[in-house]
This record gives sequence, C-alpha cells and structure tokens, in this order.
Amino acid sequence: MNYNWDWGVLFREPYLDWLISGFLWTISVSLAAWILAFTLGSIVGIARTVDNDWARGIATCYVETFRNIPLLVQMFLWYFVFPELLPYDAGMWVKRELPMPEFTTAVVCLGLYTASRVAEQVRAGIEAIGQGQRNAGLAIGLTPAQVYRYVLLPVSYRIIIPPLTSEFLTIFKNSSVALTIGVLETTAQARQIEEYTFQGFEAFTAATLLYIVVTSVVMLLMKLIEGRVRIPGMISLGAK
Amino acid sequence: MIKKISLVAMGATLLVTAATSVYAEGSMVLDRIKERGTINMGHRESSVPFSYIGNDGKPQGYSIDLCMKFVDAIKAEIEMPDLKINLVPVTSQTRIALMANGTIDLECGSTTNNLTRQKQVDYLPTTFITGTKIASKKGSGITEIEDLEGKTVALSLGTTNEKAIKRVAEANGINIKTLMVKDHPQGWLSVETGRADAYASDDVLLYGLVSKSKNPADFQVTGRFLSFDPYGIMVPQNDSLYRRLGTATLADMMRSGEIHKIYDKWFNPGPTGINMPMSDTLRTAFEIQALPH
Repeated sequence: MNYNWDWGVLFREPYLDWLISGFLWTISVSLAAWILAFTLGSIVGIARTVDNDWARGIATCYVETFRNIPLLVQMFLWYFVFPELLPYDAGMWVKRELPMPEFTTAVVCLGLYTASRVAEQVRAGIEAIGQGQRNAGLAIGLTPAQVYRYVLLPVSYRIIIPPLTSEFLTIFKNSSVALTIGVLETTAQARQIEEYTFQGFEAFTAATLLYIVVTSVVMLLMKLIEGRVRIPGMISLGAK
Repeated sequence: MIKKISLVAMGATLLVTAATSVYAEGSMVLDRIKERGTINMGHRESSVPFSYIGNDGKPQGYSIDLCMKFVDAIKAEIEMPDLKINLVPVTSQTRIALMANGTIDLECGSTTNNLTRQKQVDYLPTTFITGTKIASKKGSGITEIEDLEGKTVALSLGTTNEKAIKRVAEANGINIKTLMVKDHPQGWLSVETGRADAYASDDVLLYGLVSKSKNPADFQVTGRFLSFDPYGIMVPQNDSLYRRLGTATLADMMRSGEIHKIYDKWFNPGPTGINMPMSDTLRTAFEIQALPH
C-alpha cells in the first residue's frame, strides 16, 4: 500500500465543516422522508386491507409501482423527468422557484419509495391478527373505523416494530442516493473531500462512522419504544 | 551482552543496506510489472477525447495513445516485448484508491495535476492545459462569470471547477446560485432542460458536451479561464526511476513533435468533431518540457 495517511484532514477547515453539514443533511433528509413514509405508508397499508375494492386496487398499484422501480431511477425521474411532464410554467416553477429543489425532491422521492415498503409491513401486521378479531369487533357494534382504531392497529403496530426499525435504518442509508441529484449529504461530502484532498480512505472512514452512530441511535431508540409499549403476555411482542 | 547488541546492530545495518540497494537499483513498480508479466493501465470511460470507450468497446483517446508510448518504453526497459496490458476502468472516485493499493500502475484519463494531490501520487509532465469556462444557451446574454449575477450555475461535485467558480464569485462579490450535479451528463441535462442557466467545467470537456448535444448550434462556451488545470498522467508515488522513464518518453515525443501529431489526431478536429487547435500555452509547455538527454 503506497498511501500517505493523514487523519488530520478530517479536522481541518473546511473539511470538518463539510462533514458536519453533510451529516446534518443526512439527518434532515431522512427524518423528513421518514415522516412522509410513515404517514403515507400507514394510509396505503390500511387501504390494502379495507373492505373496498377501489381502495385496495389503488393502494396495490401504488405499492407495486414504487416498490419495483430502483430508488436511483426514481430519483432521476423525479428530478429530471417529472418537471418536463408538467405544463411549461409549472415545470419552470418546479425547476426554478421550488424552495431547496434538491432537498425537496429527495424527501418526496425517498418518502414515497419508503412508504411503499412501510405499507407492506402495516398490511402484514394487520393481516397477522387474523379475521377473528375484526369480525368480533364488528359483531359488538363497532364501526369499521373503530375496529381499526381500537382493535387492529394498536396491536399490529406493535407487531411490526422490528421490521419498521429496519426500514427506519434503511432510510438513513438510502438517503445517500440523494447525492445523485446534488444533495450534499454525508456520502457526497466524503466524495467531495476525496476529490479535493485525495484522502479518500480517511473521508469514507469518517462517513462510515457517522452512519454507524446514527443507526445505533435509531436502534437504541426503537428498542426503547418497543420495550415501553409492549403488552405483557402477548405473543410475538419481542419478549425481553 | 555487548556481543549480542553488536550482532543486532550488524543485522540491522545489513537489513538497511539491503533495503537501500534494492531501491537504488530497481524500481518497485517496474519490478512488480516484470514479476506479473502484465501492466495494469487505469482508464476512464467517458472523458472524451482523452480516455473513453469507443464504438468497438475498447478504451481510446489522447491520454491512452500517450500511455501506450510509455508502455512501449517500459517493455524495452524491462526487456519484455510480450508484456500484457490489462485495462482497468477507473472513476474519479476510485482512481486514487486503486493507485495507492497497487492495482493500477498508471492512470490515463483527464486528471488535473495539483500540489494537494501530489501528496498522494506523482504525475508525468503536463500533456494538456485547460481551465474552467462557462457553457450556456446562445442568446442567454451570458459570457463572463459576472453575467451570472442572480442566475443558477450547475457544478459537478468535487471538481476543481466548483472550487474555481465559488472562489471567483466570492472574490468579486457576485451572487450566484449553485446547483450541484453528480457528473457531466447531468450538468449538461440541467442546462438543456432550463434547470440551470449555465454549466461550468473544463473548457475542453464543455466543447465535448456541446459537440455531442442534440443541437450544438444552440450552445456556447464563453468567458475567460477561471482556473488553471494542467492534466498529467498519474503514476504511483516514491518511484523516481519509473517516473523518470515516463518523463523521458514524453520529453522525446515533445522534442520530436510526435505529440503534436497525436494531439491533432484527437483534437483537430478529432473523431468527435471537437475542433480545438493547439493553444499557444500548450505549445510552449511542450517546448519547455522537451528536456534534452
């Protein structure tokens, strides 16, 4: 190995600032996208289980579309192709006037993509409970909405905490794809430092550590939530 | 006890002498090329017309031709006429790592030689000189960087051009919106679709992008040079014998004028119609670098 190690580069200006700003962008993109993914994913996931053909059909189409196109391609489509499909003025508005265009596009794209995956887990959680409780709820006179609110969802969300944790972790890692449309997040900044200083190994080590830190925090947080909300005695609720 | 110490000292001296003599006589890179029987040549895939994949699927270009001359010199030096050439595709992200870990023995692309990068690698003499310029749509009223006041310019992540635009804009108090893109095709797409007013890059690459666009007549490359980017073939660090062989090869070509022929083959007008006659600066650079034996 013919390489001059220089760890100091990580603490030198402006490279330290770049890493910090990259880290903050990673967090902002991921959290904003997660809020969108969780909300929309829940709605779509529930829609896939309701007793309405239209709602189920639309939700299924959504999931299959967004789940089956590579994220990298979706990023490109949202950023470069979507504005061209709009009427000229609206397209120009998206291209020129939209506040923080890269950030907004990345959040929308990553959020919609992850929503399709969250939706599948919400559906799996609801279906795991089985038809019996739904029928029992309806039999005692609850409306379908009440059955979801008081019977199905409280249990199904608890069941899907472990796979949701994975999705939450994945969104942080997937946020690096946003660099392809110019969001200067952690990976982009590591590349940037590599190009400026040719000290790529140091820069990517730093990026790796930052990802490990943020995912560790998420895992810890989800573990806490899981423990806090579990219902004693219920099967498949991550016995401690 | 004293005996022991002196023995150790003797051993150490021997080791040091052995190590020094290997370095003094041989070259680490040439040794490993000879041992493997192959030379690993790093090349780019879309640096037109320096190093890119041609229609036949093989890497070609100005830098590739120059590198082949260097490879011929290596063959003669290590007396291996049937040395195999192993072509390794590299990107701007992988070139340094692959050179540092010994995967590639030389990089033939469009890499700017600068002092920061020389902490990590060495370069052969300058074979091309370019700098940052601005490409925009004709009729946009943009010629110099000053005309970009309040407008959006696309910049490729991590390029020397990005640094140059930001530095000049800051120094002159020009307020420019920047749009970061991941590579040249996306930067160009931004200008074509109107997301950005201009794209800043090395002028030679901009001419290449214009020549390959759908309507080359709609675009212009304008302005003064905003940075100085000399390109060089990249070689591993700390191997002066190997580097000297490359320097001598290039110096010979500069002295004999052979490099002018290769230049014209790729740039004047070149297979992609880039149409860039040799600049006076580059002509002078070749004259200065044509060291005598």
